[in-house]
Amino acid sequence: MAEIYTPAASLAPVLRQDAVSIQKTAPLARLSFRGRAEAQAAVAGALGFALPQAPLSAATGAGKVALWLGPDEWLLLAPEAELEAFEAAVNAAVAGLAASVTDISHRQDAVLVSGPRAAWLLNAGVPIDLALPAFPVGMVTRTLCHKAEVILWRKAEDQFVLECWRSFQPYVLEHLLDAARELSTA
Amino acid sequence: MLLISCPYCGVERPETEFRYGGEAHIARPADPSQLNDEEWAQFLYMRTNTRGLYAERWRHAHGCGRFFNAVRDTVSDKFVCTYKAGEPKPDLDALARASQEKDAR
Ligand SMILES: [Zn+2]
Repeated sequence: MAEIYTPAASLAPVLRQDAVSIQKTAPLARLSFRGRAEAQAAVAGALGFALPQAPLSAATGAGKVALWLGPDEWLLLAPEAELEAFEAAVNAAVAGLAASVTDISHRQDAVLVSGPRAAWLLNAGVPIDLALPAFPVGMVTRTLCHKAEVILWRKAEDQFVLECWRSFQPYVLEHLLDAARELSTA
Repeated sequence: MLLISCPYCGVERPETEFRYGGEAHIARPADPSQLNDEEWAQFLYMRTNTRGLYAERWRHAHGCGRFFNAVRDTVSDKFVCTYKAGEPKPDLDALARASQEKDAR
């Protein structure tokens, strides 16, 4: 399938170096889902695939993505144009069940951090081990970047999605750009 | 950096992702209206505040969001173990003896 996170074509890269680049992503439909097993099965029906149950994992199918954030919490992603239909389908699926479905499409924003020094740059602010054995391709987690909460998803050995609340994004990017100066002057 | 193992995520994470939640295994009274002021204050405020191994609540606030329990040594700040909410409280005396024997070796 096509990648759910795509670079925002109209925006210049935030950072472009040989070793690492940062690119803002195009808008997406984002739903925060919380619920127990019965509601999870209902959402799987609306998605067309099962929610990932393994901690820190992601599942993809039918143009949509589900990211595990906690034992009863997932971030559901779909193309922006499908937001209304997607939200309606998920809400219909969990009708009558104890569950929470919230449209957070505009609460969060993501960048793609790519290049051979992507993990190095992120580790300037993210205090977890990003070496491949500890944080393999496909792993997703909520964590911190400096003091801002972020969602980090490793898409490839040298590419990460870094998502955070949009009002925190300037703070996060300024810190990463500051760290990147160490690479440009090396 | 102090690393804490989250029993829900199954990984060790830095302390900054977590929030402290006070002593663990304190059951809320089934019917608070039946308590007198002293009993209610006992539930709200009084803690064992152990010097040594202490069972306490932690929350993976900047991770999976879950509360879990941990046994931590309040002298050394060393985490002995972590376990999911709802699981029984470990035998702290046995854990203390085991760690003493380990140190003695
Ligand atoms: Zn966790």
